[in-house]
Amino acid sequence: MNYELRVNPIACDGHGMCAELLPEIIELDPWGYPILVSTSVPRSLLDHAKRAAAACPTLALLVNKAR
Amino acid sequence: MAAGHGGPAGYTVTELALLTDRQPDLRLPRLLAGISYYDVAGLRDHEQQYGPLPLWGTSGRRRPGRLIDVVDASGLTGRGGAGFPTGRKMRSVASGPGAAVVVANGAEGEPASCKDRLLLTRLPHLVLDGITLAAHAVGAREAYLCLHGQETELLDALDEALAQRSRAGLDPVPIQLTGIPGRYVASEQSSIVQYLNGGPAKPTFSPPRPHQRGVHGRPTLVNNVETLAHLALIARFGDRWFRGIGPPSAPGSTLVTVSGAVRRPGVYEIEMGTPAGQVVTLAGGAAERPAALLVGGYFGAWLPAGAAWPVPMSHAALKAAGGAMGAGMVIVLPVSSCGLAETARVVRYLADENAGQCGPCMFGLPALADAMADLAYQGGRGRVLERVASLAGLVAGRGACRHPDGAVQLVRSALRAFESDARWHDHRGPCPGVARAPLLPVPGDADWDWA
Repeated sequence: MNYELRVNPIACDGHGMCAELLPEIIELDPWGYPILVSTSVPRSLLDHAKRAAAACPTLALLVNKAR
Repeated sequence: MAAGHGGPAGYTVTELALLTDRQPDLRLPRLLAGISYYDVAGLRDHEQQYGPLPLWGTSGRRRPGRLIDVVDASGLTGRGGAGFPTGRKMRSVASGPGAAVVVANGAEGEPASCKDRLLLTRLPHLVLDGITLAAHAVGAREAYLCLHGQETELLDALDEALAQRSRAGLDPVPIQLTGIPGRYVASEQSSIVQYLNGGPAKPTFSPPRPHQRGVHGRPTLVNNVETLAHLALIARFGDRWFRGIGPPSAPGSTLVTVSGAVRRPGVYEIEMGTPAGQVVTLAGGAAERPAALLVGGYFGAWLPAGAAWPVPMSHAALKAAGGAMGAGMVIVLPVSSCGLAETARVVRYLADENAGQCGPCMFGLPALADAMADLAYQGGRGRVLERVASLAGLVAGRGACRHPDGAVQLVRSALRAFESDARWHDHRGPCPGVARAPLLPVPGDADWDWA
């Protein structure tokens, strides 16, 4: 099962938690909003990705099963 | 062109009605066949010109789904900018759960376009026929016609046209006229849906898309008013008639708004696939030596005049040439103007029109507008071009809607089309063209709110 990462840009307020918890995939732009280096989540990072999604104060980070 | 009894291409109305099933060889004008210089086409003029609203029943050859088949076979694509196949969209809405909703989008957000306005002001019944036919085909119980709320005169006129139709019993699903805020992104389809649901007229995060879950949670067909006007003709004359002009991959006709340095700016109906240069000729030709064409409006792209001239006006051909068809705007930039200054003004406008929802657009677009203004009006130290390119990369693809992507496409196309001028600006400073009066229309400060 492959998982993919998405940001809901309307919900995102640029708290930056995701980049702290998942630096392998998420960087921050000059204004503090997340840039996804890749949208697919490798198996080894799945737990970290889920933790980052749960930690987002606005629940703007989404980890979904890839279609 | 003279309006009156003569139908398109010389057919009289009676012949038209008789030939309906035999697909008469109708060329241009099609949509604009019934337009008059003097007057709005009333319901009677409209029926004389195009024939009565074809009644689609509930079974047999006239069952609702049959019209979707016909639209599918016609190859009609959306005329609002995205160019999505209309039949496919109708089918997915019709097959969604429960009764559908139809929304006609007549809120023309592009400052350089006025084709939708022309249709609504002069040929309202063509659009209203299209709404009723679409509502029947997808099984809708609600239908809306949305335009900018500040167009009070037009709203009044349409109100009257709707009253006339209701007396004639033409619209079984009543068409509700709705004024929406006059902001650039307010006419994006998810904005309209959110507004009709009682929220602000701002784009929403997708999925779900309107065709899945739209107005009142129902599958919603959002179509541009020109698309619906074509639908009204396809329902009368059939898919083979529609495909009678234009390339097989992009059939039919389309309305274009031609402006800038041309002798006769205005709205023209062209065969799809007409070369861009021929469209300029149709508008009286270039008034000055052209440097570039902006095709597709502010979500479109600049193409150097020489390269643009032979490119066919279709989504596929323009995309292959590095441009975009958008809602069919063609703006001619003369050599005496500065394309970078023009672009900088438009990007500032687009930045001001961001919905204030997504960080990258909220902060990135103003920064990109600043960088473009530096390039256009200051420059000279050889560092701005790089800044423009890196900001464009930071903003692209990071909004809930395509607003930032449109601005980036415009900027990137300007850097390509005006490549040597951009290097001149960056290293030496502004070119003489920046002193010319602005060419591209940019509305003044919008005092219209979002809700």
